[in-house]
Amino acid sequence: MANENKTWFIKGLRDGIPISLGYLAVAFTLGIAAKNAGFTAFQAALASLTNNASAGQFAGFTLAAAGAGYLELAVMEFIVNARYLLMSCALSQKLSPKTSVLHRLFVSAGVTDEIFGVSMSAPGRLNPFYTMGLLAVASPGWASGTYLGVLMGNLLPVNVVRALSVGLYGMFLAVIVPPARKSRILAGVILISMAASFAFTRLPLISKLSAGNRTILLTVLIAGGAAALFPVKEEETHGA
Amino acid sequence: MERNVYLYILVMAAVTYAIRMLPLVLIRREITNRFIRSFLYYVPYVTLAVMTFPAILSETGSVWSAWAALLTGALLAFRGKSLLQVSVSACLMVFVLELFLV
Repeated sequence: MANENKTWFIKGLRDGIPISLGYLAVAFTLGIAAKNAGFTAFQAALASLTNNASAGQFAGFTLAAAGAGYLELAVMEFIVNARYLLMSCALSQKLSPKTSVLHRLFVSAGVTDEIFGVSMSAPGRLNPFYTMGLLAVASPGWASGTYLGVLMGNLLPVNVVRALSVGLYGMFLAVIVPPARKSRILAGVILISMAASFAFTRLPLISKLSAGNRTILLTVLIAGGAAALFPVKEEETHGA
Repeated sequence: MERNVYLYILVMAAVTYAIRMLPLVLIRREITNRFIRSFLYYVPYVTLAVMTFPAILSETGSVWSAWAALLTGALLAFRGKSLLQVSVSACLMVFVLELFLV
């Protein structure tokens, strides 16, 4: 068992490299936002290390710059990051019920869009050490990117930053496309999700919602609809 | 900023961590309800698909390079290429195309 944990941790370290590189690029722009909000490089990196949440941090920096109250900040963070609640629920079923609380506490820190996606794509049950490995590589990328962004945000050529910023989306595709090849229902669900997501950015009123809240709304509607119309068989539910 | 920066960071971190931690620690047992199981099965696909499109289109300097990255990524993922290969190819596609497009 100890050996298996080590193998999964190392696999996590390896699969975490593209996440880390993508984070480095995205965190760079986050660092620029932090600097504009009056954070030092150390403070911004500390926020990244303890939060691991892009939209949540953007929102937090903006509110901090405006001198918002702590309660106001807490409510904002809850709204912006609420999608992680859904992800953690999904992840709870991917873990073996025997997984210890301590391991669950470590895995919790790794529920970002990317680490969640990659963790869910592991075959069968999730070994918590896989997620920890991913986090161990990705988190320093996120924190150091933020740090460098504050210090020298405008030095990296803009075309390099733009190219790197699609890397995270490439990762999402690598997670959702392969299983869709084997299931027409899944392929349909993914296409409908993308189409609806596009529509939601155009519709009056709904387009005014934050991206995070649109994501939650669409996830509840579409995953709920799919679950009602196409309930999955017992053995498939650990597959994603 | 008039208030304490470190308290701001603490509030952000505490709320964000609680959101992630509570379901993982509280839902220890396997959910038997078929609808909820199915719902949670579909969650990652829907969430990641929704976050990818159309957001990717506004990440780059031109929608065409973004479309090229999207299609390249989808095609390579369809062919079963690794996470790293899919991700790096999408980046390279944007970098090379934008030498001409932007």
